[in-house]
Amino acid sequence: MPKMNLSHFEAAVLFALFSSVVLGVITKRTDADRLRYGLRCFAYFVAALIGLGWLMKLGHG
Amino acid sequence: MASNVTKAQPAAPLPQGWFRVIALAWLIPGGGHFLLKRTGRGALLFASVILMFLLGLMMRGAMFQPQTGDVLTTIIYCGGFLGDLASGLLYLLAIWMGYSQPDMAGHVHDYGTKFLVAAGLLNVLAMVDAYEIALQEKD
Repeated sequence: MPKMNLSHFEAAVLFALFSSVVLGVITKRTDADRLRYGLRCFAYFVAALIGLGWLMKLGHG
Repeated sequence: MASNVTKAQPAAPLPQGWFRVIALAWLIPGGGHFLLKRTGRGALLFASVILMFLLGLMMRGAMFQPQTGDVLTTIIYCGGFLGDLASGLLYLLAIWMGYSQPDMAGHVHDYGTKFLVAAGLLNVLAMVDAYEIALQEKD
């Protein structure tokens, strides 16, 4: 099994992607709603990732 | 005196085969959906959980072993073990093929450990969804 080195950002975006797909698939009742919810979850994940990243950077000075 | 006590409604009988759906959904991510003829959704669940688990392995994440001690240790290690175990056949195959990664410092290993647990937890969500479809509470 090859070893993989990812940055924080890449790993967190992949985590967000797979989690959003599953949350979208299991949550809503129509395909359009599932797609919309999955995209929204992904956007929230990435927004939280960037926001928390900036908070930590600013907090460290 | 009027009584406000209402009789409990008898629970609807579970449809035949729900246990098979849950067992297959645990063993193979998305397997419950395949059994219930929801192939598109099953394929998405299958791909997401498997890719997450494989990425966890490639990042050399550690598998949790159940440990007891103080409350936090018990919750983290037993909960992490259950999360790993929820990946079903992926977890069993990885252990059977000798995957044993010690817990090491470093963000890549740490993400790998979280990916392995999260793959199991996403599979739990898929199992619950398959169960609800089997009960016809959901389309």
